[in-house]
Amino acid sequence: MAYSEKVIDHYENPRNVGSFDKADEGVATGMVGAPACGDVMKLQIKVNKAGIIEDAKFKTYGCGSAIASSSLVTEWVKGKTVDEAATIRNTQIAAELALPPVKIHCSILAEDAIKAAIADYRKKYGAGDADAGKKAAD
Amino acid sequence: MSLAIRKKPIYLDYSATTPVDPRVAEKMIPWLTEQFGNPASRSHGYGWEAEEAVENARVEVAKLVNCDPKEIVWTSGATESDNLAIKGAAHFYKTKGKHLITMKTEHKAVLDTLRELEREGFEVTYLDPEPDGLLDLDKLKAAIRPDTILASIMMVNNEIGVIQPIAEIGEITRAKGIIFHVDSAQATGKVAIDLDKLKVDLMSFSAHKTYGPKGIGALYVRRKPRVRLEAQMHGGGHEKGFRSGTLATHQIVGMGEAFRIARLEMAAENERIGKLRDKLLAGFRDMEEIYVNGDLEQRVPHNLNVSFNFVEGESLIMGMKELAVSSGSACTSASLEPSYVLRALGRNDELAHSSIRFTLGRFTTEADIDFAVKLIKERIGKLREMSPLWEMYKDGVDLNTVQWAAH
Repeated sequence: MAYSEKVIDHYENPRNVGSFDKADEGVATGMVGAPACGDVMKLQIKVNKAGIIEDAKFKTYGCGSAIASSSLVTEWVKGKTVDEAATIRNTQIAAELALPPVKIHCSILAEDAIKAAIADYRKKYGAGDADAGKKAAD
Repeated sequence: MSLAIRKKPIYLDYSATTPVDPRVAEKMIPWLTEQFGNPASRSHGYGWEAEEAVENARVEVAKLVNCDPKEIVWTSGATESDNLAIKGAAHFYKTKGKHLITMKTEHKAVLDTLRELEREGFEVTYLDPEPDGLLDLDKLKAAIRPDTILASIMMVNNEIGVIQPIAEIGEITRAKGIIFHVDSAQATGKVAIDLDKLKVDLMSFSAHKTYGPKGIGALYVRRKPRVRLEAQMHGGGHEKGFRSGTLATHQIVGMGEAFRIARLEMAAENERIGKLRDKLLAGFRDMEEIYVNGDLEQRVPHNLNVSFNFVEGESLIMGMKELAVSSGSACTSASLEPSYVLRALGRNDELAHSSIRFTLGRFTTEADIDFAVKLIKERIGKLREMSPLWEMYKDGVDLNTVQWAAH
């Protein structure tokens, strides 16, 4: 499998690997995938009072494309509002990393991981913060 | 490719293929350029010398496995030998019965051939291996029916290197009058094979797993008691009608020389390689959550198949680009297929996805192994730091209790 240079760069120098304490203020966690399928992604976001994602971390079990997709989205979500982050699409991830067709599922999983983290955030902190995020986006 | 690997990786994938031994390559060359005759040409010296070379090579193949050279049929490789043996015998003996027996851990060349026979109306029993990869003889006995005509069990498994009890299986099948086919592609030069003692009726061989060229193999067809086959390739009636097609003299010479070297050197070579394999395994001993796949005793010395739990195989291979190894996780399509061999052993998906096959060979050195151990430890450490499964394991989470969203 020939990987693009961007995939190899993210694989060899992954950005934002690690974990936040789930109990910390503003931290939300999304975990998607299954070991049986060969991919599990954990994406965490840390959202400030203004509804902006201040920091993000990931851990991924999966192929190089899965690691690169999750590494890339941690970079992308940082500085965005929660609502802005929710608009990231797998097609953008796949295009940025030049993923081959057989690896598109890795980008879909990364999009799902963002959505899962945002859903966790809204569940934990209520819709009010999501509105705050929307205002910040306007 | 823009990211060309600067130095060639260390080759630890000898079960995929081996380099042609330089001594073999040297012997082959004149048969391409100067002595190019067709071994089937009876009317001139070009043909006669080619025929003599082919027959000398046949003797060498026969000597390695202790059979009569007349029992060796040249083919294009083990896949063709498996097809000829299984389809040929099934078609010839179909009036005796329609039941065939094999194992779930066989090579695809056997499994897919049997699937084709199922489409033709034959019935196939696929036996499960024990967790160590070996066949339980009682399960074989229980699977035999009055209409069983053929059993096909490989000698050495290509993924996990375990050696099946071929002698014992042969006693069972011979007593029941069942044709016994053995794929020995991974066995030659690694396991002593004595067809005078083994009650095997058909045996497949390949040259390129034993330092010979690709594209040449052979099928052993027993003469006493005689085994009959229906030919799969029709034409000029070469190889006593078993397999038509002009013989590839240079390839055959190469296989003969490769098997001659294997016969003379295998004892010393296996001892040396076995020590290197043990050194490789010893290098992993202080790592957590590693699992050797397949029995370590009933195994060729060249093979080590290890699962590094909580690390996915393809990312592992990517992280070890300085090593040429194989993964049990075939991530080549949208649906990830873990190794069917490891799944048949009862390994869970995580472990099947996390496996690496190291296969050592004639040109593996101690320095190669030292380098590999150091590299693997470093890269596994890095990937585990990145793995949410490793984190959960370290936090004491039982992964079997987690509700995963399959995708």
